[in-house]
Amino acid sequence: MSNQEYQVTRSSNAARVAAILGAIVVVVLIAAPWWAGRADMRLMGEMFLYLALASLWNLMAGYAGLVSVGQQAYVGFGGYMLFALTMFAGLHPLTAIGLAGVLGALISVPVAVLIFRLRGAYFAIGTWVIAEVFRLSFAQVSALGGGSGSSLPVGIVKSLADARDTREALSYWLALGAAVLVVAAVYFFLRSRRGLALTAIRDNELAASSLGIDIWRTKLVVYIVSAALTSMLGALIFLQKLRISPDAAFSVNDWTAFVIFIVVIGGIGTVEGPIIGTLIFFALRETLADLGTVYLIVLGLVAIVVMLKAPRGVWGLIRSRFDLQLFPLRYRVIRRGPSKGA
Amino acid sequence: MEWLNAIVQGALLGGLYALFAAGLSLIFGVMRLVNIAHGDLIVLAAYLGLTVTAATGLHPLLALVVVVPAMGAIGYALQRGLLNQTLGDDLLPPLLVTFGLSVIIQNGLLEVYSADPQKLDAGALETASLSVGGLSLGILPVLTFAVAVAVIWALQWTFYHTSLGRAFRAVSDNQDIAQLMGLNRRHVFGLAMALALVVTGIAGILLGIRTSFDPSIGGGRLIFAFEAVIIGGLGNLWGTLAGGVILGVAQTVGAKIDPGWQLLAGHLAFLFILAVRPNGLFPRIAA
Repeated sequence: MSNQEYQVTRSSNAARVAAILGAIVVVVLIAAPWWAGRADMRLMGEMFLYLALASLWNLMAGYAGLVSVGQQAYVGFGGYMLFALTMFAGLHPLTAIGLAGVLGALISVPVAVLIFRLRGAYFAIGTWVIAEVFRLSFAQVSALGGGSGSSLPVGIVKSLADARDTREALSYWLALGAAVLVVAAVYFFLRSRRGLALTAIRDNELAASSLGIDIWRTKLVVYIVSAALTSMLGALIFLQKLRISPDAAFSVNDWTAFVIFIVVIGGIGTVEGPIIGTLIFFALRETLADLGTVYLIVLGLVAIVVMLKAPRGVWGLIRSRFDLQLFPLRYRVIRRGPSKGA
Repeated sequence: MEWLNAIVQGALLGGLYALFAAGLSLIFGVMRLVNIAHGDLIVLAAYLGLTVTAATGLHPLLALVVVVPAMGAIGYALQRGLLNQTLGDDLLPPLLVTFGLSVIIQNGLLEVYSADPQKLDAGALETASLSVGGLSLGILPVLTFAVAVAVIWALQWTFYHTSLGRAFRAVSDNQDIAQLMGLNRRHVFGLAMALALVVTGIAGILLGIRTSFDPSIGGGRLIFAFEAVIIGGLGNLWGTLAGGVILGVAQTVGAKIDPGWQLLAGHLAFLFILAVRPNGLFPRIAA
């Protein structure tokens, strides 16, 4: 038996097929302004933004062990930066979105230094405190409408594009672009050297540190990158909403609870999980939303049942049954068949 | 004098925060569980008090006779039926399950009681006051603080002078060995959660008498409880009382400077202490 009969590889047929299908789906989605109605595009845009938020939360919780219930801090921060930078600095909205990301990264550094002192579940509540501090602080800024918030002036909205259709198509593409960018970024990050370190930390922190991985630094990088991208998403979200208020911007339900449900139901610690979770979450929402609070109770129950009975979520179930991996991250040893010949 | 007044009022408010926090501190000490639904359970207790007073016409403080055992029973059932399944080395299950529980309780309350703010009517007790050295102290805040001291003293005594407390300390130190010594840790955890929710029941009633409440305020109460625990130092109940007092004083002094600063000042005081004393002021165990 020679070594050549075995091959170590990341890719598989399923992954190649998924990549091709994924590319086709993205092309079809890019063309949505020509085939979808206004309401559908709005819904899809929202789905893309949630997918992006969920992928980032998954990177933090599922890989870096940073369970945050305070990501609304950065969603709201990004939203407010968009408003402040366009209204007071006169920047173009797109420039403001980019800059919101940079500012989000900058502010996340001192925040991380503080709350990284808390461990595990206390870290989670610490992130929530930070979000509250952000909310209460922005509520004090009277130039941004204080507690009641403010609307984006028409001139700034028009600077994006004059016609309403073009504007809506543009904001749809931005949302789609954000989702593709974030999922791709998470995927390539996990394939990189740092991603490997992160996966090692997830599997066993002690073993990882004994191999020379700087755990604190790796987690810090993940936290800052997530904060920057979440801030940009926040700016995008409020560019679509056109109105911001502290309660909406820093809502723990909207920007964290739903995101957690998406990731938990879809499958935490997998790249595919948030995608599946987003589809399930919106399917549930569109069918049950009329039930109001009952819908949220159902969502809570589903999340608890999934966490107890299938902690790796829907995707975890699929993966363990079919040994599928659509985003190839793990290396596998494959024995080549005799027909392929070594 | 005005400032002294703000500080004294804040210290008394701290008694309420210490009551919020004592349950959280207790279950973390015994089973390293952080219950995200803790604040919603406080609000649930307040609503139970509302139902009891509305149904029987009892004074809210007498409603404690019903609410406290009910919360204890809920705690035991919750721990045995649900939360015991989440305990283990992995951090995520307890965190996410209690998070889901928080959403369920919050929306369940919304469904049953609507979003209208409610209040427990304690009659003359709400406005009664006594004056001490030029300061006018509300009877209710003084009573709340006294209850907080009594509850923490009782928990401390339970921990160090009863067989139940010995069981708590044993499972806290090493679950497996405690199990070998004949303790059923699932039952012990159930009792710990029951005791924690008994305290939560008291806290919920006192909250409901002091201010109006609605189903959405649970998260805020959880944060106050958490801040008091961290400021005081993990695993130290008297420290938790001190943490509650510091938080309360920071809030009332902040509100004195600018009414909009009340909550923010409390959070900033917490972050400041986290920055200079990461383990809190009086730590007993490492996180």
